[in-house]
Amino acid sequence: EFRRFSLERSKPGKFEEFYGLLQHVHKIPNVDVLVGYTDVHGDLLPINNDDNYHKAVSTANPLLRIFIQRKEDADYSAFGTDTMTRKKNVLSNVLRPDNHKKKPHIVISMPQDFRPVSSIIDVDILPETHRRVRLYKYGTDKPLGFYIRDGSSVRVTPHGLEKVPGIFISRLVPGGLAQSTGLLAVNDEVLEVNGIEVSGKSLDQVTDMMIANSRNLIITVRPANQRNNVVRNSRTSGSSGQSTESSLPSSTPNILANFLQGEEESDEEDIIIEDSGEPQQIPKAAPTSDSLESLTQIELLHDSTQNGFLPSSEMNLNHSAGSVSMEYEVQEPDHKSLEEDGTIITL
Amino acid sequence: MRRFLRPGHDPVRERLKRDLFQFNKTVEHGFPHQPSALGYSPFLRLMAIGMRSGAIKLYGAPGVEFVGLHEENNTVMQIHFIPDQCQLVTLLDDNSLHLWSLKQHSGASELQEEHRFTLKGPPGSPPSATQITAVLPHSSREVLYLGTESGSIFVVELPSFRVLEDRTITSEAVLQRVSEDHCNRRSCELVEALREHPKNPDQILIGYSRGLIVLWDLQNNKATHHFLGSQQLENLYWQRDGSKFISCHYDGSYTQWPVSSDNRQPQPLENLVPYGPFPCKAISKIYWQTTKNGVPYIIFQGGMPRASYGDRHSISVVHGSQQTAFDFTSRVIDFFIIFSSEPTAEFDDPSAMVVLAEEELVVIDLKTAGWPAVHPPYLASLHCSAITCSHHVSNIPLKLWERIISAGSKQNIHYSNMPWPIDGGTNIAPDPPQRDLLLTGHEDGTVRFWDASGVCLHLLYKLSTVRVFLTDADPNDNMNTLGEDEWPPLRKVGTFDPYSDDPRLGIQKIYLCKYSGYLAVAGTAGQVLVMELNDEDAEHVVDHAEADLLQDQEGYRWKGHEKLKTRDGPVRFEAGFQPFVLVQCQPPAVVTSLALHSEWKLVAFGTSHGFGLFDHQQKRLVFVKCTLHPSDQLALEGPLSRVKSLKKSLRQSFRRIRRSRVSSRKRRGGSGNASEVQEANAKFDQDTLQEMELAPVQRKIEARSAEDSFTGFVRTLYFADTFLRDSSRHCPSLWAGTNGGTVYAFCLRVPPAERRMDEPVRAEQAKEIQLMHRAPVVGILVLDGRSTPLPEPLEVAHDLSKSPDMQGSHQLLVVSEEQFKVFTLPKVSSKLKLKLTALEGCRVRKVTVANFGSCKTDDYSENDLAVLTNLGDIQIISLPFLKLQIRYPCIRKEDVSGIASCVFTKYGQGFYLISPSEFERFSLSTKWLVGPRCVVDMPEVTSNNHVHSKPSMENAARKS
Repeated sequence: EFRRFSLERSKPGKFEEFYGLLQHVHKIPNVDVLVGYTDVHGDLLPINNDDNYHKAVSTANPLLRIFIQRKEDADYSAFGTDTMTRKKNVLSNVLRPDNHKKKPHIVISMPQDFRPVSSIIDVDILPETHRRVRLYKYGTDKPLGFYIRDGSSVRVTPHGLEKVPGIFISRLVPGGLAQSTGLLAVNDEVLEVNGIEVSGKSLDQVTDMMIANSRNLIITVRPANQRNNVVRNSRTSGSSGQSTESSLPSSTPNILANFLQGEEESDEEDIIIEDSGEPQQIPKAAPTSDSLESLTQIELLHDSTQNGFLPSSEMNLNHSAGSVSMEYEVQEPDHKSLEEDGTIITL
Repeated sequence: MRRFLRPGHDPVRERLKRDLFQFNKTVEHGFPHQPSALGYSPFLRLMAIGMRSGAIKLYGAPGVEFVGLHEENNTVMQIHFIPDQCQLVTLLDDNSLHLWSLKQHSGASELQEEHRFTLKGPPGSPPSATQITAVLPHSSREVLYLGTESGSIFVVELPSFRVLEDRTITSEAVLQRVSEDHCNRRSCELVEALREHPKNPDQILIGYSRGLIVLWDLQNNKATHHFLGSQQLENLYWQRDGSKFISCHYDGSYTQWPVSSDNRQPQPLENLVPYGPFPCKAISKIYWQTTKNGVPYIIFQGGMPRASYGDRHSISVVHGSQQTAFDFTSRVIDFFIIFSSEPTAEFDDPSAMVVLAEEELVVIDLKTAGWPAVHPPYLASLHCSAITCSHHVSNIPLKLWERIISAGSKQNIHYSNMPWPIDGGTNIAPDPPQRDLLLTGHEDGTVRFWDASGVCLHLLYKLSTVRVFLTDADPNDNMNTLGEDEWPPLRKVGTFDPYSDDPRLGIQKIYLCKYSGYLAVAGTAGQVLVMELNDEDAEHVVDHAEADLLQDQEGYRWKGHEKLKTRDGPVRFEAGFQPFVLVQCQPPAVVTSLALHSEWKLVAFGTSHGFGLFDHQQKRLVFVKCTLHPSDQLALEGPLSRVKSLKKSLRQSFRRIRRSRVSSRKRRGGSGNASEVQEANAKFDQDTLQEMELAPVQRKIEARSAEDSFTGFVRTLYFADTFLRDSSRHCPSLWAGTNGGTVYAFCLRVPPAERRMDEPVRAEQAKEIQLMHRAPVVGILVLDGRSTPLPEPLEVAHDLSKSPDMQGSHQLLVVSEEQFKVFTLPKVSSKLKLKLTALEGCRVRKVTVANFGSCKTDDYSENDLAVLTNLGDIQIISLPFLKLQIRYPCIRKEDVSGIASCVFTKYGQGFYLISPSEFERFSLSTKWLVGPRCVVDMPEVTSNNHVHSKPSMENAARKS
């Protein structure tokens, strides 16, 4: 079935309204559907939140093609960032879902089934030779899986080139988080850990800092291989991630520094068991005058910069060790959704 | 935006911080590590000790201490005081001479280096030509005579160190005078000793190592006498009247030589090998002391029969028929005799012998029959047995203090009553502000109580826990009980005995309640002893209880050491702290945490398996809690069992072999050899460095998990009366923190005093907090409604603390190695945190609440956290807002044992070990500083004695 209707490009409204409109137009008020559109590159991309909806509307040229599938018999594999070559098949795939291709293509699950494992952040404020990588250890069984070592790097100083001591990635554990992201490599020089410069710190100090931040580790590296650097305002593909076309309010370094030091409050709340009852997350006490609320805002903005998602076979977000934490996370869905809500998925 | 303000933007607070905090290393307590030289000034009555590190320390009356450090950090080989001056000269192993003086500066004396000097030979001469072997500060105070390896004696002027070349006594000049055919050139090699004539400052005795001794006339620049010894010379000593001198020799003999005007080449009066006839070790130093009754004291170092006692470090004292060979457990560095230094006195009349051994200072009273030892007021050998833990208690009530001293004095009856003989200088430091105790636990199962109030760390009392247990050590093995006819007449002296009979006896945790006199001590084999102070000897049975910390966890096998066997039946305890309860943890793993609540009469203890609570009033185990993670195999099985401790005899023979290998030769080997060694070392270093670059050190980055090893290891235990369940009722509680970041809180029900014996103490787990960063919990603290830490047990009852605020809401502070977190109580919600490791990469090693008073006003003080990190930094963190106040570098980060040994006091001071035998004391407070402050005045010198008539003579001689 095809429907054609118009939207005001300047005021697209919310995704929820749009979704309602689609259901209304198709007269399928109680049917769950997947919404997708073809972008300028011909990729079939999902629309499932305000951000990608707005993106879709803003890129319509002038026509926005939207595909709707019933959720139960949806072909997730249709979505993806595959190249133009697959584009031709997109339509037929969608129209005839039972028409299997000879070559099985990579199955990519739905965005809500994704969870971030890593991202490149702050591309807009860092020199192009540096890369700031965020690893989300939280909620995964995967080990962080890397080693660091002492070494020396050459710096340009007022006295010419000088050899200075530095910290380097020495090894990636196969199958570990660090390796699977593809964002870190052996011999990358570690410059900062969660916003703190490592120069002048010993290997053991840096190790302790990384482990202390292991639930939300942000490492700024100078990659050993400078050819794969992110080039701003141009697309790159693959799991090395990409910068969003910065539709976001760019964060100033000032805020960044505060954010990094203020740290995620959400990522590691302690657990309490009262009177041998159920384990619960320890709530935050009533905020005092210097509360962190403003920071939470900034944090969310930052969360929205994350990309480089990887599919995960795990549907749950809670995989930290022990049944204790499992239970508490299930009890605290609101808390998790907060983190999820902040994300924009751009694939 | 307040949080964006960097700390330090508040000028008022900054000013206050300056009034509160200040970092000083104030004094070193204990026995200097690796002493290498000893000097004494009978004039100043000061003793100087030189160290391998290049440090020198001067000691006089208790509290009179000076420290100096040679920049070169080379070993101090010799120390010589300049006669009748506040000056001394040191010789280092790089052949440099240094002149130090004690100068008064704003009311107190200070030790300063004035000059340094290295003797230079003529161009082309071998280094041995100027290698100094003997130093003689002349009584004129104007020149030093320097004997060298080449046999020449150089004369340098003081204090300028100008070489007076025309006065050099060359071996050629000496040989010319000694016109004997058997005196070839070689006989004048290496000056072994230089001694000034006691009555005639114009004559010096020169001893060459090959045995030739020459009495040299400085005025006429010629040898007046020469003495031909057949044995290699070790040392010389003049008798007081100058009519005779003694030489001692390499073969263990000593010889008396007469000096008379008629015989220019005298024969020896007496030649004796005191421990002959079999070959003996060298006598390296000898004293001949005259007494009124005519019977001299002959005191010499060494000389033991080579084969059977060659490994002993002995000094023999012979007085008529009395003879004792004092047997030291470590190498004797040097010794001196304190005798009448009045020039007018007719006799030496020795009063004390001061011996610097490698590990302790021993002073023997020669006036009292039996020659007992004198208890030194300082330089205590902290490491008599290795220190395994320490505990500091501030502000001891006078009552307890006196009782401890009285218990200690009963242990010290075998010491001499002689007042401390080294009593130079005046201590002008203010009296210590309070009575402080430092308790050290040792590997041999003893706890030593030190008076840590002032500059002199002084042993008050020694407690041994060994008596409770059956060990394989033979209690009757006493080295001092020797038969009458035992030869040589050895007598063991000193306290240094680092060989523990059973490492399981080692003390790991100490907790003393200063109000009640209850003491809890816990050790390596899971033993927890609760003791009570008793002023009388007593014989009683120690109650025994077991705490099975594994509870019903089946199928595990402890592969570590066994528990200690206890003695059955009543045990006799001397006055002092007497154990009445022994709680034995099962498995008998090392006790890792301990807390005692003397008001509730409860003791809590933890190991790597769990923790337990014991009611020592009813002598009943209240509960145990297993904290072990089932997969933690390492903690379960315990450390790999080591080879069982060797039998004592075997151990002793090892001891002897090892000691005898430590050569005690005072001179270095050939310098050429040394440089080769250095080169080889350098090459080796380079090689290892290259190797390191090939295979760099790696560190794994991995989040901690619940499965990590030793997560159940109980790191801290804490009693608190707080709001655990609801905000209307407070109750006693016990808190425990583990290595895996878990905090357990138990609600306790302690029956009221009148029914204390009738009803059991009950405990119920109320809370369990899991820190998600899983770092070890190193401290737990409850802050009251005014954000003040809860007082210690009985503190309020003794009116020494305000009662805690029970109206406002309490807060819980949990300190992990990585973070500080404040939670509300009774409903646990997180309030504040400080992430130390995430920001700075350092970890908390020690944390204490300390009270800091302002140096400006008496009425302001505040509580802060004093924190020592693994980098050796000390940080002060404010309470309750957890703001970093200040940071001081304190200990080198490589000094792991120093960091591990650190204890803080309640008033912002601290101690840490700088060597196995020395505590460095430091202060973070502007108000509480305990450091030496003393004055050394030039004593009044009686006129018209020869010493002071000399300078003019000397001057006159030079002018002429």
